[in-house]
Amino acid sequence: MGSVASVLTSGVPAQDAAHWEPVLPGLIILLPLLGFVANSVLALRAAGWSSAEVRAGREWDPFAGGSRPLTHTLPTWIGPGVMLVAFVLAAWNFVGMFGAELHEPVIRSYWSWISTSTLQVDAAIQLDQLSMVMMLVVTGVGFLIHVFSVGYMKDDVGYPRYFAYLNLFVFFMLVLVMGAGYAMMFIGWEGVGLCSYLLIGYWFTDREKSDAGKKAFIVNRIGDFGFLLAMFMLFQAFGTLDFVPIFAGAEGHFAVGGATVTAITLLLMLGAAGKSAQVPLHVWLPDAMAGPTPVSALIHAATMVTAGVYMVVRSGVLYALAPTSQAVVAGVGVLTALIAATIALQQNDIKKVLAYSTVSQLGFMFLGAGVGAFTAAIFHLMTHAFFKALLFLGAGAVIHSMHHALHKVDSHEDAQDMRNMGGLKDRMRITWVVMWIATLAIAGIWPLAGFFSKDEIIWYTAAWAGAEANPFGGLYTLYWVVALVTAMLTAFYMARLMVMTFHGQTRLEHGARSHLHEAPRVMTVPLIVLAVLSVFGGWVNVPPALSESALGFFGALPMTEWLHHWLEPITHDAAAIQVAALGEAAHDAPLLGGGELAWALASTLAAAAVVAVAVRQLAPRRVLTAAADATPPTGLRGVLYNKWYFDEIFDRTIVQPVLAASRWCWSFIDTVIIDGFVNSVGNFTRLAGWFGSLFQTGQANTYAFVLTLGVLLVLGAAVFL
Amino acid sequence: MLSHALLLSAVLFVIGTLGVIIRRNAIIIFLCIELQLNAVNLAFVALSRYTGIEGQLFVFFVMTVAAAEAAVGLAIIISIFRHYKTVDVDKFNLLKW
Repeated sequence: MGSVASVLTSGVPAQDAAHWEPVLPGLIILLPLLGFVANSVLALRAAGWSSAEVRAGREWDPFAGGSRPLTHTLPTWIGPGVMLVAFVLAAWNFVGMFGAELHEPVIRSYWSWISTSTLQVDAAIQLDQLSMVMMLVVTGVGFLIHVFSVGYMKDDVGYPRYFAYLNLFVFFMLVLVMGAGYAMMFIGWEGVGLCSYLLIGYWFTDREKSDAGKKAFIVNRIGDFGFLLAMFMLFQAFGTLDFVPIFAGAEGHFAVGGATVTAITLLLMLGAAGKSAQVPLHVWLPDAMAGPTPVSALIHAATMVTAGVYMVVRSGVLYALAPTSQAVVAGVGVLTALIAATIALQQNDIKKVLAYSTVSQLGFMFLGAGVGAFTAAIFHLMTHAFFKALLFLGAGAVIHSMHHALHKVDSHEDAQDMRNMGGLKDRMRITWVVMWIATLAIAGIWPLAGFFSKDEIIWYTAAWAGAEANPFGGLYTLYWVVALVTAMLTAFYMARLMVMTFHGQTRLEHGARSHLHEAPRVMTVPLIVLAVLSVFGGWVNVPPALSESALGFFGALPMTEWLHHWLEPITHDAAAIQVAALGEAAHDAPLLGGGELAWALASTLAAAAVVAVAVRQLAPRRVLTAAADATPPTGLRGVLYNKWYFDEIFDRTIVQPVLAASRWCWSFIDTVIIDGFVNSVGNFTRLAGWFGSLFQTGQANTYAFVLTLGVLLVLGAAVFL
Repeated sequence: MLSHALLLSAVLFVIGTLGVIIRRNAIIIFLCIELQLNAVNLAFVALSRYTGIEGQLFVFFVMTVAAAEAAVGLAIIISIFRHYKTVDVDKFNLLKW
């Protein structure tokens, strides 16, 4: 333990640390790992008891007799506890960094991880403005979700295992966002993928759920392969994988639009598309909803899936040098946003709607990162973490309540199907209110968080479309129009979700209605905190064009444009390159003209109108329950209902051919060639044995004769040779 | 004189060897083995005249070993006979795969 303590306190500053000393930055990473270890010990203990019961032919019930074993009470304190301490430490460091006006990243190198003559990789973390924002989001939102999980998972047999996985996830996520180079980032990248797999398949006895975990893992592999190749190319170009030397040398190393930097950034984008569920690699995320709902909130909405956005923003300098890659990133993003939003219109599973909504919002983030609005992308990442975590946790509270109610009447209806819900607002007032806040926030209604972040992304797209030297100006104009349409679709499908879940007549069986109840306080308090963040989270970055207007409270906000200034040291190099390459961004929107303020006002009014119309139109509509609504929709609605047939297309074009090739490998290469060779060796040996055994007659005389013959031969040889 | 003795020894040895190979009766084979041993003894004794006392000394060892062998061998043959009611070695063919 001595070495661990010394690592924590005396990480060697690799660079001059300006005038700011971070406080125990290593401990922020280490705490969730310690939580993982502690919870794992408890989980293994519980598994021991469980398997003893199973061997005795019984099923283990840790809650039998009314009292909980220690394995199911301690994680309540360990899991959220380490997160709270980590968040406090991160906030402490944030305050320190806030006062220090840091211009260079602070790097703490703990030990040399890979040391060869050509490649040096240290286990090092990098503290700068970007990693600080990510740390605060991961630990802060993560803590709230851990607290929510205490209520949500309290009756689950695998409670300690759940918290062990959740803590391990946070550990890897922190490695991802704090790593000082692509190699460290990759460790976190793979680690969160592992935890995602473990938590999607958390209820592994259900075949469908464990398959969903495998699907997530395998689809992510495709992206990881791109990430790895990009790392190889970066290493070849720079001889290092650390961020600081790569970004410092990139401009001197690559010409704008060079083939190598374009290839690197496109490969990085492949990795980001896998992790962040961008078309066409988005297919795993909706299936990932098989995991417990707080997991969906933490991993598949707030943190892990935003890792791709973080990586693109982190590599902003490289992307600024590759306008083609930028156009691809923005294009993939906006296409994803549109496709996912259209699919969300026709889904009936509340978590599936939110999953596609997440994919769509991630598309917006990529659009922002693609058009060089890195601050806006991170801003949207942050606000999205607030309101999407809130939506998922709210959905969790609804599912929890529905499940409980259906369980009471022994109904096997789907607790997640919105067609079975309706009218829940009278039974779940808090959840109803906070989810409306999140809905308005994601729809981009002023003055909630989503308005500022989403509008900034859309506006930057328009502004860069009008940059005089942008070769993709026309394409950017198209992106901008699609993004505006998608923003309206977002408002609609979220209103639909709210109406189907909370409004109208309840479609629950009569006996089950009285069992609906509001979630316990351990679940509602995180919801309320997240709701507050969803309201005010956007106020830290009011765009300059709005800050003096009514939309920016006439400049009365203390933190106007704050995030923009905060991330300035990270983004200014990329911004300078982009301006040099493409010219200044325009001040008017393409096609119709008009400034940022006018478009922001127009889009929030339009979104509000869409929500209002959707509620008015949908609320009185009669919805059939899932059991009664047996015929799937046809035509265009059918296409959306079937998710544009992505899964089917992949099944035909990739899964089935791979299966057929595997079968051929098995039936020919394995059974004919490999088995044939092995069997031939066996058969030859047997034949040789049979031949040799012919000499073994069992007759003593024969043996004597052969012996004599042998002696004569030897003697003859000795005499005559 | 020596060549006669060695010739006799060789003839006795060949007779003994042929007996071991050809005959089927375990007792006869046993006798033939004794014949081989004594053929060798004869050669030893004949040669000791030229090489010294060691040849005669060896004969005593061979006789001792032959006596021991006779004791063990006859015991085995009796045991086999009790089991098979015969001493025909063609019948004892279990010692194979």
